[in-house]
Amino acid sequence: MPALWKLHSILPRPNRRTMEKFAALISQLDGTTSTQEKLDLLVRYFQSVPDRDALCALALLSGWRPRRCLNSSELRSLAAKEASLPLWLVEEAYHFTGDLAETLALLIPFPGNATPSALPTSLTEVLTTLQNLVSNPERARDFILYVWRGTRPSERFVFNKLLTGGFRIGVAQRMALQAFALSRGLDPDFVARRLGGDWNPLDMDSAFSEQDQEEADLHRPFPFCLAHPLELDDVGSLSVDTFFFEYKWDGIRGQLLRVQGRCDLWSRGGEWLNSAFPEIVEAVADLPSDGVLDGEILIWREGQIQSFQELQKRIGRKKPGPDIRRRYPAIFLAFDLLSVEGQDLRTWPLAERRRMLEEFLPARHPVLRASNLLQPASWEEALDLREKAKNYGAEGLMIKNKEAPYHGGRKRGVWWKWKVAPLTVDAVLLYAQSGHGRRAGLCTDFTFGLWHEGQLVPFAKAYSGLTDEEMEEVNRFIRHNTLEKFGPVRRVKPELVFELAFEGIHRSSRHKSGVAVRFPRILRWRHDKKAQEADGLEHLKNLALQRQPTGNSESHPQKSAGDNF
Amino acid sequence: MAELIERRPEGLYVPAADVYIDPWRPVEKAIITHAHSDHARPGHRAYLAHPVTAAVLRARLGAHIWVEEKDYARAFRIQGVRFSLHPAGHIPGSAQVRVEHKGEVWVVSGDYKTSADGISSPIDPQRCHVFITESTFGLPVFQWEAAPLLAERLCSWAAHQLQAGCHVVLSVYSLGKAQRITRLLNEAWIVPYVHPAVAEMSQALQQAGVPVGNFSPLSALENRGETGVILVPPAAEEAVLRRLKGPVVTAACSGWVSIRGFKRRRNLNQGFGISDHADWPGLLATIRHTEATSVRVTHGFSGPMAQYLSENGLDARPLETAFNPAEAE
Ligand SMILES: [Zn+2]
Ligand SMILES: [Zn+2]
Repeated sequence: MPALWKLHSILPRPNRRTMEKFAALISQLDGTTSTQEKLDLLVRYFQSVPDRDALCALALLSGWRPRRCLNSSELRSLAAKEASLPLWLVEEAYHFTGDLAETLALLIPFPGNATPSALPTSLTEVLTTLQNLVSNPERARDFILYVWRGTRPSERFVFNKLLTGGFRIGVAQRMALQAFALSRGLDPDFVARRLGGDWNPLDMDSAFSEQDQEEADLHRPFPFCLAHPLELDDVGSLSVDTFFFEYKWDGIRGQLLRVQGRCDLWSRGGEWLNSAFPEIVEAVADLPSDGVLDGEILIWREGQIQSFQELQKRIGRKKPGPDIRRRYPAIFLAFDLLSVEGQDLRTWPLAERRRMLEEFLPARHPVLRASNLLQPASWEEALDLREKAKNYGAEGLMIKNKEAPYHGGRKRGVWWKWKVAPLTVDAVLLYAQSGHGRRAGLCTDFTFGLWHEGQLVPFAKAYSGLTDEEMEEVNRFIRHNTLEKFGPVRRVKPELVFELAFEGIHRSSRHKSGVAVRFPRILRWRHDKKAQEADGLEHLKNLALQRQPTGNSESHPQKSAGDNF
Repeated sequence: MAELIERRPEGLYVPAADVYIDPWRPVEKAIITHAHSDHARPGHRAYLAHPVTAAVLRARLGAHIWVEEKDYARAFRIQGVRFSLHPAGHIPGSAQVRVEHKGEVWVVSGDYKTSADGISSPIDPQRCHVFITESTFGLPVFQWEAAPLLAERLCSWAAHQLQAGCHVVLSVYSLGKAQRITRLLNEAWIVPYVHPAVAEMSQALQQAGVPVGNFSPLSALENRGETGVILVPPAAEEAVLRRLKGPVVTAACSGWVSIRGFKRRRNLNQGFGISDHADWPGLLATIRHTEATSVRVTHGFSGPMAQYLSENGLDARPLETAFNPAEAE
């Protein structure tokens, strides 16, 4: 193996039972909610294991999924057989705990205390073994049973997570990276870029090539400038001319870098997105000069910006194929220029940077676009723009001080976000369904109805918005007021009223109510209202009418202001 | 033909004797399996229970209540029906109720567990025709780790936290679990500080002759200015946490926290799966020991448990009751 890690063998590390260390790490991470403590645990773990194990752990915590040698239904059958249980009971138990790896870990009879652990020595060994068994299900079964029979439930749980993929255990990818980098004296962003691409920790040859740390720094994003929620009191006394106004789009905030001809696309969360959005990277590579752009990654189709749901369909793919790229074409909507030809512009006033940005971007480029500047003549007009923002699919407005430099972090008085007030109705709880994961065993998925011709018609599902105490109370109500059960769903006495908020309404023939709402969520429990006092479907439809886009393409902001589009 | 025990709106009812077992609405005569609040409700005209349960009932419901005391395995008759109480191993004083009439034997389990806890009489399964069993943890994911192992893990974790300068708040039911944990901690030379609700239960049990271990009142902690292990009932946890000064870690001792989702939902640092209920293997073993051919399943996962038993050749049915295992004890 070539020299992959500069620090590869500086620390002598005993290579004993490192798989147990990984299992212990997962249990310990489970036992703390403190970010600092999690970071400490991770650093200590990374320091105590050899490079390859550390890389495997880092990859797992960052969302890497090893290839599965048995699929989830094969695993369930295997566990059912091993525990002498009918398959339906395994399913029932899985439904209750909400986690397959955990369910299977707990179902298998526990080994006696004296049994020596059957856990392979290192994490790398487990993963390599599993990888080698991918096309040999019979041998895979033997290996899995051998480990199951000789492990305690907590170790078995971690082993099963390796079988089922997906290590979501409350550690942010960013934190894992940081800890790994700290343990090896590396720069986190340098490590991040390496992980962002296709990267298999078992195959380090292709993973990390010799890379100069200083050069790596050049290709990292600047600290992002973040916006404060706007209070009119903050700015209302100032003239609107003090500010730039833009629509606030719901996309992925990112910096697009072209430095010494090399191009990188980074998300604000520190993810390296080159392989996810190749058309954006290709576009900036074609430019004649270097520069660092700040902006939003969005889907653009049929002459307009699409919703975040459309973008999500693309984010799921690490490497989008030509078909996905055609169906969900991405653009980079730039609103700031942070450096040009190696010169840092961040201390320049925004108005100057904006001028440079418009010069920097080629006119009418299909992928690299500049945001539109809206020009309200008064705060009343600005308020009106904000109200209408939703008609175009925007979340509200961004308001930026023309004179301010580019500040990393959330500094007051530089950028504001001004979101549209949500739409609300009072609706009645009709159905409840038990949730998964954190709230296993509790009903957390609720269906709500509105009145229509003397009946309650279901119109929206909502999951979030209640405190744990309220959740317990609602569940108490559900337990005592279930009228009917079908599978995990309970029909409850229509008695409780909740105020629901949502971001938009549109007509839908797929829904019984004839309308569909976006991002419904529970705003509060209306203890003061009886079911009879809840709103009607007509009320909702009226709200929809008030918010209906005009459908007139001339009024679309991207076209009306359209200097760059 | 009428059944020996039936479900009435008031609770489980023995028509031939005109008496209820653990009724959830006020009745004339109630046999109480144990003093947990979902089984022993206020308002009955006459109670019948094991002497230890009777002592706790007086502490919980008031000295004025009328309680008839019956020891384990002592038969007594009510209107010609033969009754007896037998240890259930759940908490001190907890009993199964055996009912015999015209050659037919039914047993109501109440809550029970199969492992020893050091303070309750161990369960003594009774042969019967019909067994009415609880199923609080009636899914195969519930398998308790060996009790000494859990005790060791709890004590060493608590001792470690105390040394690190943290208060340790353990959320435990005030009756049964709290005294069991007190004794475990005593073995590691830790004397816990207990919430008044716990102290009240411990004192009632102590007066009834149950060895409950050494504990201090919570108020003593504030005067001493050192870190301590604090036992609180779940409902009082938040209030206690708000009052404590300095770093605090939290844990619960309950069968529920053997599932990660529960531990997380309650935002606990640690969970110790120490339960006063039988786990899945314990439920199955007990049912087998009764040799009952007919089983009624209540108090928990009655649906899946009954189906599983049916598939294994028993006449098993779920029996809906108003016990609330997810919340109460
Ligand atoms: Zn109970
Ligand atoms: Zn109980």
